[in-house]
Amino acid sequence: MPKDHGIGASSKRREDVRFLTGKGRYTDDINLRGQAHAVFVRSQVAHGKIRKIDTSDAEAMPGVLKVFTSADFDGKGGVPCGWQIHDRAGNPMLEPKHPILAEGKVRYVGDAVACVVAETLEQARDAAEAVVVDIDELPAVIDMKEAVKGGALVHDELGSNLCYDWGFIEDNKAATDEAFKTAHHVTTLELVNNRLIPNAMEPRVAIGDYSQAGDDYTLYTTSQNPHMIRLLMGAFVLSIPEHKLRVVAPDVGGGFGSKIFHYVEEAFVTHASKVVNRPVKWTCSRSESFLTDAHGRDHVTKIELALDKDGHFQAIRTETYANMGAYLSTFSTAVPTYLHGTLMAGNYKTPHVYVNVKAVFTNTVPVDAYRGAGRPEATYQLERVIDMAAREMGIDPIEIRRRNFVQPDEFPYQTPVAVQYDTGNYQATMDKLIEIADLAGFEKRRAESAKKGLLRGLGVNCYIEACGIAPSNLVGQLGARAGLYESATVRVNATGGLVVMTGSHSHGQGHETAFPQVIAEMIGIPENMIEVVHGDTANTPMGMGTYGSRSLAVGGSAMVKATNKIIAKAKKIAAHLMEASEGDIELKDGKFSVAGTDKSVDWGAVCLAAYVPHNYPLESLEPGLEETAFYDPSNFTYPAGAYACEVEVDPETGKVTICSFAAADDFGNVVNPMIVSGQVHGGLAQGIGQAMLEAAAYDENGQLLSGSYMDYAMPRADDLPFYKVDHSCQTPCTHNPLGVKGCGEAGAIGSPPAVVNAVIDALQRGGHKHVTHIDMPVSPSRVWQAING
Amino acid sequence: MKVSMTVNGKAVSGEAEGRTLLSSFLRDGLGLTGTHVGCDTSQCGACVVHVDGKAVKSCTVFAADAAGANVTTIEGMANPDGTLGTLQQAFQDHHGLQCGFCTPGMVMSAAALLADNPKPTAAEVRHHLEGNICRCTGYHNIVKAVLAASGQDADRIAAE
Repeated sequence: MPKDHGIGASSKRREDVRFLTGKGRYTDDINLRGQAHAVFVRSQVAHGKIRKIDTSDAEAMPGVLKVFTSADFDGKGGVPCGWQIHDRAGNPMLEPKHPILAEGKVRYVGDAVACVVAETLEQARDAAEAVVVDIDELPAVIDMKEAVKGGALVHDELGSNLCYDWGFIEDNKAATDEAFKTAHHVTTLELVNNRLIPNAMEPRVAIGDYSQAGDDYTLYTTSQNPHMIRLLMGAFVLSIPEHKLRVVAPDVGGGFGSKIFHYVEEAFVTHASKVVNRPVKWTCSRSESFLTDAHGRDHVTKIELALDKDGHFQAIRTETYANMGAYLSTFSTAVPTYLHGTLMAGNYKTPHVYVNVKAVFTNTVPVDAYRGAGRPEATYQLERVIDMAAREMGIDPIEIRRRNFVQPDEFPYQTPVAVQYDTGNYQATMDKLIEIADLAGFEKRRAESAKKGLLRGLGVNCYIEACGIAPSNLVGQLGARAGLYESATVRVNATGGLVVMTGSHSHGQGHETAFPQVIAEMIGIPENMIEVVHGDTANTPMGMGTYGSRSLAVGGSAMVKATNKIIAKAKKIAAHLMEASEGDIELKDGKFSVAGTDKSVDWGAVCLAAYVPHNYPLESLEPGLEETAFYDPSNFTYPAGAYACEVEVDPETGKVTICSFAAADDFGNVVNPMIVSGQVHGGLAQGIGQAMLEAAAYDENGQLLSGSYMDYAMPRADDLPFYKVDHSCQTPCTHNPLGVKGCGEAGAIGSPPAVVNAVIDALQRGGHKHVTHIDMPVSPSRVWQAING
Repeated sequence: MKVSMTVNGKAVSGEAEGRTLLSSFLRDGLGLTGTHVGCDTSQCGACVVHVDGKAVKSCTVFAADAAGANVTTIEGMANPDGTLGTLQQAFQDHHGLQCGFCTPGMVMSAAALLADNPKPTAAEVRHHLEGNICRCTGYHNIVKAVLAASGQDADRIAAE
């Protein structure tokens, strides 16, 4: 029987009730008394010198309180980058200022030039159209390889468009090059990891609220990590001490990375609310989201794989150009480096790996972490080149992977790219995949497709990811400008209910349901005695927020630590109440008992004693039952798995249809299987979307061609199949108390290569032997051109 | 101008400009913030409400054009005692929502489908929901929820 509560139960989500009845409280649902509205004037050209901004007509329009330009932010800082990378020679990366409103130059279409604050949204909109911006257009830098050759500079003062040229690990380079010289076979693949636009369904919103009475500020914002926004904006941009700044991220309608970052609009409304002495609200339109939310991916890569005669991997060498866009978004610089290079060994034993990444400024929207962040890019190139090598050498694609897997008895496994995998079983997830995807039945299904004139293909691949990036002291050495711990305060109330105040933030992940499952299990009380509070710096301890599939592995571990402190203190109280020795107290099913006796006292009585300490050891123990813990992981966690996709390709039109998709994942222990499956489904849809549909496209002048849902193909219900997902292969993480690994990004990381491998397989089996690669998205026109090219 | 209509069974009226959208009238005028606005090109479907029994995107209708109409929003979908209606309950039971932002439009759109087609196939559900974008769920559990609300064995259909 499946469990019906606690760890391992598919508890239904309590947050659903408010979302299903229209009672969610998203940032745009908040309206403050007396609030004014902000509308930004944005650059319509990708690159240019600002000659003049004439605000006089706009300022004379009805309801306009003020028109802001960069002059109104003199003395304020730029939006900071959170990770400093050092290049191959040890020099720090080039790091331009990212002003709140453009200073002197505009650098991408959508760059904020001015902002109107008015009584109503309509008045602000009308006045924004009356602001006259005179710009001398300059040639736009769009193509990365052109950008580093010289010519126009995105940031004149930097003298180059090359942000950094990074080698990982530089000391591996000579041995890697040597291995290629002696290899039996080398497979080379050049590919593009297409630029994506995250498109959380809730557009960004920010409301600044300055109070003259207390000289303090509140920012309501659509953020995945309110504490980090408070720190970055307070300390680096606006010089507001943290005790005078509260950041609230209430219900947030999806993030996928795009709401990690500190955006200029947050700093704008916070500062503007003081200037106009009114709350200032900005609600992003979807069209504006396309132009201003940080984009994802956008790598151009050459990967080489060296093999011996039996298909054993000898060496991997990569060269990647990574687009930074016009400015460095908060974690932009870490994505193609430490979140990408560290995963280049994949699930395999390869003695030599060398990764080179050139990060490039262009006149495009800043690029930063999007679901998977660096790990999808690593997985895609590796799993594509392995498939190509298998074909070239005549080895079955599953067999070549099996030959190279890190074996179950080889953990902990030190890779050549710095990380140490703690545990895993890649053979087991591959075996499980073969079962759930019914690979034995593939030939029969292929014959059925052939009868309809369709080419059926099978794509299989593995993936590994690294979640819960840590520990803080190590990442600090690598250039991170933040800690990567998480926090939790567990407050027990006098009558026994608990509140968990966590630094993690839920924007769809279901923390309000899953976190109580853990505590309910630990104490032996019903889940509904436990509430989760998150998203407000005023009532949660300093935490790093939610991204990188870290919440349960890091935030959950902090909660376990705090709960263990609670239990330890509660046992002292119970020992006092039962006049027993503390060491003899056992906690089970919400009851403290004295070992070997029938004496017991229940959870509620101990909690009451803590707050009404009449019979209480006051001389040795403080009253109350509230504990805080910070947890800083000693290592990453390493979820891994194997995915299979079957497609049908219509050779007449190039149309690709996904027939089935199966995912066998090892997430370690699982707290709520229902939520975990849902996370995988969503990741798969985003990965299949990247592979089949989505592409952010710029023309040569830097105009975003895919700037709306009419032009940017989001996956819709009829583009996707029902998925087969399984997470029964479990090798628990060895270094966190829950043994969990994280499941939020796996689907998006593992699925793109499966789709493309399947399309190539279909074409190869269909006799189109010249087609060895098609870049994503594998649209009908690209497939048709490949067939007929 | 003053605009009057019936919303979730109650007669309401409020001020609106000629350009005021029904979605703004509901959210800002009436405080019914369950109706969400996720795009500005009538594509995402987060704003779907029922106007005289038909599912419409409220971001694409002027409030003035809905004058006199009978409008139902997500706030009007629960049972009279406040418990979740059949379709809402199916969304919770089958984990058909994550961040919740597209959910009101999804529920309203699916309710309109089931009113017209009480036993849709999975393909019909998917086709009908083309105008509602969800970025979280990959649609798997949304389609299951709609099938389950129609009294079908969603687990079996999804496994086929």
